[in-house]
Amino acid sequence: MNNRDTLIWLSSIKGVNNKIIDILEKNFSQLSYIWDASKNDILSIREINDKIKQEIIKNRNDLYYENLLKRIESYKIKVITYYDNDYPLNLRNISDSPKVLYMKGQLIPEDEVSIAIVGARKSTSYGKWAAEKISSELANLGICLVSGMAKGIDTHVHISALKSKSRTIAVLGCGVDIIYPSSNRELYHKIQDNGCIISEFPLGTKPLPYNFPQRNRIISGLSLGVVVVEATEKSGSLITARHAIEQGKDVFAVPGNINSIFSRGTNLLIKDGAKLVTGIEDIIEEIPYLIDKCAKFYKNKKVELNYNQFSDDEIKVLECILEKPIHFDLIAHRTGIRINDLNSILTILEMKGAIKQMSGKVYTIQ
Amino acid sequence: MLSKVKTCVLQGLDGYIVDVETDISRGLPTFNIVGLPDASIKESKERVRTAIKNSGYEFPLSRITVNLAPANIKKEGSQLDLSIAIGILTAMEVIKYKAFDDTCFIGELSLDGNVSSVDGVLPMIISLMEQGFKRVIIPYDNRHECGVVKGIDIIPIKSIRELVSFLNGDIKLETYSVHTPDLSSEDDNYDDFADIKGQYALKRAMEIAAAGHHNILIIGPPGSGKTMAARRIPSILPNLTFEESLEITKIYSIAGLLGDRPLINKRPFRSPHHTTSAVSLIGGGRIPKPGEISLAHHGVLFLDELPEFSKNVLEVLRQPMEDGIVTISRVNATLTYPTKFMLVASMNPCPCGYYGDPTHECNCSQKSIENYLGKISGPLLDRIDIHIEVSPIKYDDLDDKSKVETSKEIRERVNKARHIQLERYKNDNIFSNSQLTSKLIDKYCKLDTESRKLIKGAFDKLGLSARAYSKILKVARTIADLDGETNIKQHHLAEAIQYRSLDKKYW
Repeated sequence: MNNRDTLIWLSSIKGVNNKIIDILEKNFSQLSYIWDASKNDILSIREINDKIKQEIIKNRNDLYYENLLKRIESYKIKVITYYDNDYPLNLRNISDSPKVLYMKGQLIPEDEVSIAIVGARKSTSYGKWAAEKISSELANLGICLVSGMAKGIDTHVHISALKSKSRTIAVLGCGVDIIYPSSNRELYHKIQDNGCIISEFPLGTKPLPYNFPQRNRIISGLSLGVVVVEATEKSGSLITARHAIEQGKDVFAVPGNINSIFSRGTNLLIKDGAKLVTGIEDIIEEIPYLIDKCAKFYKNKKVELNYNQFSDDEIKVLECILEKPIHFDLIAHRTGIRINDLNSILTILEMKGAIKQMSGKVYTIQ
Repeated sequence: MLSKVKTCVLQGLDGYIVDVETDISRGLPTFNIVGLPDASIKESKERVRTAIKNSGYEFPLSRITVNLAPANIKKEGSQLDLSIAIGILTAMEVIKYKAFDDTCFIGELSLDGNVSSVDGVLPMIISLMEQGFKRVIIPYDNRHECGVVKGIDIIPIKSIRELVSFLNGDIKLETYSVHTPDLSSEDDNYDDFADIKGQYALKRAMEIAAAGHHNILIIGPPGSGKTMAARRIPSILPNLTFEESLEITKIYSIAGLLGDRPLINKRPFRSPHHTTSAVSLIGGGRIPKPGEISLAHHGVLFLDELPEFSKNVLEVLRQPMEDGIVTISRVNATLTYPTKFMLVASMNPCPCGYYGDPTHECNCSQKSIENYLGKISGPLLDRIDIHIEVSPIKYDDLDDKSKVETSKEIRERVNKARHIQLERYKNDNIFSNSQLTSKLIDKYCKLDTESRKLIKGAFDKLGLSARAYSKILKVARTIADLDGETNIKQHHLAEAIQYRSLDKKYW
């Protein structure tokens, strides 16, 4: 048993966390010595809870270790430890970085250029729209998107990245072998093929509420900056933002209406000094690493609405929607177009990619 | 001596002939009815005895045996009273005996010898006519509903005495018949669509639904006018045809809901409360009675607050919606009722109702919203052609000058479109676009190259599910009919795509 193997073994034991591994390392000078140390040597460490010490001794045998390796192999999981060279650089630089990472999929060097986008599970159509817009634009620049695969905003971030055929990383609050939430089963498999699913929790760990704040530090740790799209005052996304500040990363927030409880958290972040985001330029100019990448983006940006490809009626409708998101009835009222024609114009505009329908028959410019 | 008269019992919507054989012979005075009578028929002994006595005839002090043939099927209903009384009077030779083979007697007796009305006379008479009967005697109070049936003499009577005189040839009674009432619902007093300001999209969707008999689901926060609009749907429904009207009247006759009307001349609108049970919705009981879905036959079944209905109640709707009939089995009978209703359902987007509302905050958790929407199962959603979202519009946003259409104007277009459908489908045994099967879709919903391109693009870009395909074609067919076009054009299809919002996973 070398240090790496011992670390993998230790971290799989219930109750063992970063702090305990640090203590053990301090006491034994080499982590691998624990495997052959006498029972009394382990029991004599006062800083560690008796129950955990008993647990370490109980599981200190070849059978346990072999079973562990077998399970890791059967789930096709890759394990990266702190001792490995391919441990993500961004993550190594934070304090309290995870000792062991369980992964499904591949982590490639390009993933260093990554932005985390997080937000509430329950979101408004505005939040989803903003998440999709920012995500797909960043993804089109080839930036890897990190998020938490939770319902709502996180899911939209991953889907947008996948749609743009870009890399995406999901950091879970449970073991990588567990799909949570189960409604994201399809997404889980797609991310595996086009990115990576990461967790520091041993296999079989359940998605317990207190795991999530802990995993949030990995989300911010893996990326160069964190964008919060929509968050209530008590949202876990704010924890991610706090971790980002502690780790010295940039924090961005998408503003929302002041009367919307879903934007209270993000508006609060802006008040506290997070950068307000209205487009991805705001993100790129803060992160020197990304500036090279954006030349391509600004070139694309010039392609505004080309009015030639639209008919007269379509332009009338577009001009109506350009002001702000607007309800079907008001479009009908202002343009005076017949209802049956308006219905078909809106479908055609949506298919041309000019507009998007939100819930409640409200239309917005794409 | 022996007599034999005919009457009729109902099984579902079909009438069956029952022979009432009466024998009066010497012996201890008894009165027996055999041949699987139910409680209401056993009790008719007392009514018959008293009614005969109070009509001024003497009730024989002899051994009376009444047999209801065929003896092996169960019989139910108080309409047998009259035939038993006539059987006895004939056996007593108060009525001059002659074969009543082409006459059928229907009616309940009251103790004073008058004949009172019974439920379900219309379906009985229609069955009798089909079996070749020439003459039927019915209670005077039931004459309205029977008058529309042609090809059989209908003789309404008020009392036994009158009937006896008539049968003996002492008096003459007029056969009753009425002209088919006007089936266009012009003179109605429904609420009018002109009362609703704005909601153009919703009104248009309802017009399409009414024209093609499409099921429609309205989604929106409270106060957006869902119920208000749904209650106005009857005012734009197309006129009934005579056959449709007769089918509805039969059902209402059985359910005893006909009242004085000769014929139901307006499409029914049923809106059961969401606490309703599965049985009251599809029909049931010891001898199954038609439920709400049959009472809404050829009309509208309006389910307000759809997710508040219990899940099993909603699931029982699936099969009748698909087949247009429901078969209910009980110990005593297995009956089939027609259920070609148009489902109009409304719901909120979340339990508190305000998800997506511009002015209110929704305070439901994502989980509770999912549970709420999960109550409407995929298979049920599959059977709803049109989904329409509404949101409340502030009055100031729409000034008064805009012209508001009345229900009458909308109904004219709907009638025209329905007429086109009736013409087109007269050999296909269906009456509207909503009933198109996949084979008929291929036949009647041909797409040109442009439209084909459009629908393919819609699936790629708008994330429509595969099951939306046939719905879109059916709705596009109706939109084309409203335009009076023979073929579906690209803009018809584009409009139809607007009505599949639930497939696009907004939530």
